[in-house]
Amino acid sequence: MNETQNIQWYKAQFEFFEKSLNGESRSHLHMLRRQAMVAFESLGFPTTRHEEWRFTNIAPIAKAELAPVLDYSGAGVAEADLARFTFGGPEGTRAVFINGHFSPEFSSLQTRPGVRIGSLKEATTRDAEIVNRHLARYVKSDENAFTALSTAFVRDGAFIHVDRNVEVVNPIHLVFIVAGSGIAVSPRNLVVTERGSKVSIVETYVSLAATQYLTNAVTEFVVGENATVEHDKLQDESLNGFHIGTIHFQQSAGSRVVSNAINLGGAIVRNNITAVLDGEGSEATLNGLSLATGTQHMDNHTTIDHTKPNCASHELYKAILDGKSKGVFNGKIFVRKDAQKTDAKQTNKTLLLSDEATIDTKPQLEIFADDVKCTHGATVGHLDDEQKFYLRSRGIGSREAEDLLTFAFASDVINRVHVEALRERLDAMLHERLQSGRQSRE
Amino acid sequence: MLEVRNLHASVNGNEILHGVDLKVNAGEVHAIMGPNGSGKSTLAGVLAGREAYTVTEGQVLYYGKDLLALAPEERAREGLFLAFQYPVEIPGVTNTYFLKAALNAIRKHRGLEPLDAVDFLALVKQKMKLVEMETDLLNRSVNEGFSGGEKKRNEIFQMAVLEPKLAILDETDSGLDIDALRIVADGVNKLRSKENATIVVTHYQRLLNYIVPDFVHVLLDGRIVKSGGKELALQLEERGYDWLREEVEATA
Repeated sequence: MNETQNIQWYKAQFEFFEKSLNGESRSHLHMLRRQAMVAFESLGFPTTRHEEWRFTNIAPIAKAELAPVLDYSGAGVAEADLARFTFGGPEGTRAVFINGHFSPEFSSLQTRPGVRIGSLKEATTRDAEIVNRHLARYVKSDENAFTALSTAFVRDGAFIHVDRNVEVVNPIHLVFIVAGSGIAVSPRNLVVTERGSKVSIVETYVSLAATQYLTNAVTEFVVGENATVEHDKLQDESLNGFHIGTIHFQQSAGSRVVSNAINLGGAIVRNNITAVLDGEGSEATLNGLSLATGTQHMDNHTTIDHTKPNCASHELYKAILDGKSKGVFNGKIFVRKDAQKTDAKQTNKTLLLSDEATIDTKPQLEIFADDVKCTHGATVGHLDDEQKFYLRSRGIGSREAEDLLTFAFASDVINRVHVEALRERLDAMLHERLQSGRQSRE
Repeated sequence: MLEVRNLHASVNGNEILHGVDLKVNAGEVHAIMGPNGSGKSTLAGVLAGREAYTVTEGQVLYYGKDLLALAPEERAREGLFLAFQYPVEIPGVTNTYFLKAALNAIRKHRGLEPLDAVDFLALVKQKMKLVEMETDLLNRSVNEGFSGGEKKRNEIFQMAVLEPKLAILDETDSGLDIDALRIVADGVNKLRSKENATIVVTHYQRLLNYIVPDFVHVLLDGRIVKSGGKELALQLEERGYDWLREEVEATA
């Protein structure tokens, strides 16, 4: 299929979707969908001629006929499958989404005063005021075709609202499971945390089988004054799956966000993570780790937008690339005219485990204020021979030494992950992936 | 235990060692002295299996076996230990994790069960006293942010835990103040036994006041030009290396 046909195909899907929506056609949400569909038609899928997509060729996604999943079904997911994707004790709150739709039977939602967790679909009526005020306001459809596509087919996802001064003790785990082949899944998540609140949220993206599909997820965080959001994301899609993940933090004065994004799966992965520091004294920390092998392609685009004075941002993005995998890092930092006393630091480090793996890394700093501190640095390298020899000289085998050093490279991102049970899971996953990566190399 | 025969080694095509002969028996301490650039660290590196060096001639027998045929980790498992002149920093790997992995690799080679966490900790605590090391260094990344003295102590601490048969101390005294030097030397002395041997590679005689050698060898331009007892070190301290160089040239 060529590109025009492809857009027509999605348009037909959209018309079908519209007909299935009884009585919703005049809703605020549906207006957003229509606008997004129009935007998608005019944008089309990006090609490598677009500056933002120069290093990431999404033609395989554009060419595939990936049918949007319009309604919920269990899709053959069993409780046993869930155990692979969840962790920790029963005290935590777990919201499960199958093919982008909230699954009441697999979710366990703890109801605590001041916290609402559940499906976005439900929230569009129950919490209409909040949803209408925030949804699609920060992640706009007119710039990014994937966002437009996601918004056009927006149906369900996670909705979290934390009241003023409420501290949510246990982490909230959002589990997005894909079950099926040839489908496009667009979970749409909205997290609104009011002034002085605190919450820890984990997003994991996984699949039941090694099928081809697209996850096109958008998560908007609206972080109130002096609120704290701890965010961990684990992307472990099928090795034949595509993952486009857009995360946006809209931050008020004095708020604090720490986000750790771990990417292990996916054939083509593109993450767009944005923090807008839209209130004085706010702080954003974006960390990331990508582990890729085979022919995996992992692209992390981050944007930190300093719009107000006295804000700080820290960024540590790392990649471990094996086989013929390809990594991309693009780190934008904007410091607007009013954002005096900005303190921004960006670090990007890549470890290449094979000679055929490549990385394109690009810091992009645009500074319009004069009293600021902005630093950035990027390194690309192989395992250090001297470190390896040191380990071997103590009796540690050559392969074990390589694993140990690779793991050490990853550990300073892994160690920042907030939820201990996830950290432990990641430790085990990383060991396992490194081992299988090495076996395929030998 | 160790027999080095006519060892020639080069790095990047430049020959550094031009035929070294050395014999070390169990229970002995040998000092190898020499000015900068004489090949001391090259000799230590070749024995430990550093890949940058190419052996072009000669052989090294360790307990009668060809040492040079072994990978660095195999040498370590057979009881060889190199205390590095510049211990390497390894961010992200804790000292404990590293040492446990090393010890259990060696134990496995010797047909022993791996030590569990409790036994390992008990062993480590006991050995730390030898070098007066602070407990908090255990949980820090290997050598990362350690002072010069802490790094050298960490080398001797590793040696104490791994219990090598042949320890090679490469310029262990460099960068140490007198207190740290004494602590490190005391540690080495406590580890001396009839079963093991030590090669002390050093530029200065200072360390040999504390670790008293049975034999002193002078390495000059890639050859051992003189061997003697501990008094040779004192002679070198007093007179430097030039008289030896002249002596060598006179006989050449």
